Amino acid sequence: MKYLYRFVMYTIFSNCMHAQTEIDGLMMQKNYFCVGATYGKSSFSQYWEGDLKRENANLGTVTSSNISINGNFGISKKLNFLFSVPYIWTNASAGVMDGQKGFQDISLWLKYVFFSKEIFGGDFNTIALGGYSNPISNYNPDFLPLSIGLNSKVSTARLMFDYHRKNLSITASGAFMYRSNVFLDRYSYYTTEMHYSNEVYMPNMTNFNVRVGYRTSVWIFEGIFDQMNTLGGFDIPRNGMPFVSNKMNASRIGLNLKYEAPFLDGLSFVFNANQAILGRNIGQTTSFNTGVFYIIDFSKKQK
Amino acid sequence: MKKQLLYTLFFIATIFLLTTCSKEILENNLQYKMLTPINEDLNAGDWKPILISSPKDFACPSPISTSSPDYILQINEIKSIQKEISAEELSNLKYWGAGSVLRWNEIMRELVAKYNLPPYQNPDGTYPVPNPNNPLSYPTFPFANPPYAARAYAYLSAAQYDAAITCFYYKKLYNRAAPNTMDNSIKVLLPQKKSASFPSEEATIMAASVEILKLLFPGEQDYINKKAEEHRKARLLSGLNVRSDIEAGEIIGKAIAAKFIDRARTDKAGAAVGTPSDWAALKKNCEDLGEMPWKSLESPERPPMLPLFGKVQPFLFSQATLESDIRPGPPPSTHSNKFKEECDEIYYIKQNLTREQLRIANFWADGIRTYTPPGHWNYIASNDFVTMDLSEVRWARNMALLNMSLMDAAIVCWNTKYTYFNPRPSQFDPRIKTDIGLPNFPSYISGHSTFSGAAATILGYLNPQKATEYENMAKEASISRMYGAIHFRSDCEVGLQTGNKVGSFAIERAKIDGAD
Repeated sequence: MKYLYRFVMYTIFSNCMHAQTEIDGLMMQKNYFCVGATYGKSSFSQYWEGDLKRENANLGTVTSSNISINGNFGISKKLNFLFSVPYIWTNASAGVMDGQKGFQDISLWLKYVFFSKEIFGGDFNTIALGGYSNPISNYNPDFLPLSIGLNSKVSTARLMFDYHRKNLSITASGAFMYRSNVFLDRYSYYTTEMHYSNEVYMPNMTNFNVRVGYRTSVWIFEGIFDQMNTLGGFDIPRNGMPFVSNKMNASRIGLNLKYEAPFLDGLSFVFNANQAILGRNIGQTTSFNTGVFYIIDFSKKQK
Repeated sequence: MKKQLLYTLFFIATIFLLTTCSKEILENNLQYKMLTPINEDLNAGDWKPILISSPKDFACPSPISTSSPDYILQINEIKSIQKEISAEELSNLKYWGAGSVLRWNEIMRELVAKYNLPPYQNPDGTYPVPNPNNPLSYPTFPFANPPYAARAYAYLSAAQYDAAITCFYYKKLYNRAAPNTMDNSIKVLLPQKKSASFPSEEATIMAASVEILKLLFPGEQDYINKKAEEHRKARLLSGLNVRSDIEAGEIIGKAIAAKFIDRARTDKAGAAVGTPSDWAALKKNCEDLGEMPWKSLESPERPPMLPLFGKVQPFLFSQATLESDIRPGPPPSTHSNKFKEECDEIYYIKQNLTREQLRIANFWADGIRTYTPPGHWNYIASNDFVTMDLSEVRWARNMALLNMSLMDAAIVCWNTKYTYFNPRPSQFDPRIKTDIGLPNFPSYISGHSTFSGAAATILGYLNPQKATEYENMAKEASISRMYGAIHFRSDCEVGLQTGNKVGSFAIERAKIDGAD
């Protein structure tokens, strides 16, 4: 019984591992609520102007920091509800462009396991996710790279395949992101042609993510590859500034670490690092996130 | 369990359905109505030109007889074009039907925005200067910054105006009726005019515009030619012009543009970039007066933007008048309490900035990759002139008055900036940072304020119903620079007053040009 309990808790904790993301193959049990706070920092001193990698002495190093509150509630063991609310502040180490700050976009997710099968002594799951994110403050998206976000409403559909056996797991997923048009404080702007509107057409995006994991009794390690692509958009012109509807692409590699506190069931600490290795019209970011999570059990019956 | 599956599928299906939603954007400039002048200004041939002495100096070949075989051929050309009209041709017709002065002004605004990017530095930390003789290699020519743009709009509009009144002179002289009145099987696809069709004022305006645009944006010849061809096609398709109307119009437009090009080549704008010794002298002069000199806050330090633009020959007054009557006195001394107070005020504003103030700063920012503040005022004017149902020639006259004001405002403003070479708030107090970007030239007086003061003054005369509104817009544009934390109050207030002065010179001209 004790063993079973630990197994259940393990599965629950693991889902908290990616504080701000929904991209893993793990589910919360029914009536368990995992909640946590994370702090993250992402910075770059080089960025891609179109395909051209460059520095900008008028920006120096651009840093974006965030604190997020994240949660995941098990509606059932096959259906989870997730949310995340980030507060972000940015800064440029050189030049006179001021950093921006504010609450960014709330993200809401439903995650459903609709196919499970035992294969070669391991578990294979197919998971569907629907997500929606919406700006929660009237921040200015027209001051990139210091804007805290793009101020677009994003609807995401993701299909995920997950396999885990003994201490190993592999998860692959692909997503399509529909991005709503963005509104600026001005009524004309130039992309590759002149526009007389305050509304900017936002190209949609795709994402592809693979992660391979390994666990010990208290540690979990995970390696990640992530590819983000914009379906359209345009390049930053030579020595120009980035714009909301740029073609922003990025390939990133990352590492997740999670530590489950042996002294208190339900408590875990997470650490994540990732590095952009190739990109277009974005900064070559190095990012770190760290957080603490705790599981609250609302299903008294289970004990 | 079934229920949950259904909910999830429903949720995902909704997301996919969203992807089929239209994200098409309604562009304001494509909603303009067709040009339908209330008054066709048939006597515009008598209006006072800007640069040429008289329309008579420009020979216009007399039109061929409407009974000649050549003319019949030209009539048949229209019929064959009108036989099958594609959706694209129709949308091109509607685009140009909104007005020739309007559309060529828009084309220039677009090119200004495209070329409004400061060049990247050389490996040694100096900056390359765009070369008009080699416009396509980096840095592409021009860097269409605000003074460059102000001058570009002025040459375009002034040339369009002299071309249009010359055209009207010949229209009246030859009085050839439009093709559809010669052959009633020709369809009229744009609002019919009472005035003669020879020469076509649209073609005159087009040809003048093409020449000026090619001079100022020499790397865009293909684009400009493409637009001109679309314009010609629209005129033929409309049923209101035969080819010889268009050809005659183009002869006039081109000849008049040549006069403006001669002026542009000798107006001293070509030397406005200055030399390293000019830049050093500006700093030294300021130091000799015991003041803190302006310093570039870019890295590497960029030479100040067009420091000799203040010497360019204005349209509405002489350089002597500029220095004696228009250029304002000095800003508060950089050592004075007043200066420090003004700097503290900007720091306070920035620290307590509201979202509405940020919106205003953004709305008027008109920084890189935009049509610049002069372009912004062209857009404001265009939106209003569309509703005023002006003739092409009055459009040309109003835009010329506006843009000569804006160019001369640029000259006065730049002259003032480099006379006093005054630092920006961020230089005086490095704690002050900006939410909109910091221009690379001295602070006093504010360019936005000078441009806006000039534009609001002349527009208030041309469209008195909105005079107060223009004045309020200018005030907002002016104070937006304090919200952006890049100008002191003195820069903005004196800039606005100086702009008003420039605008009043345009009003004096408007009162006697024969159009009112």
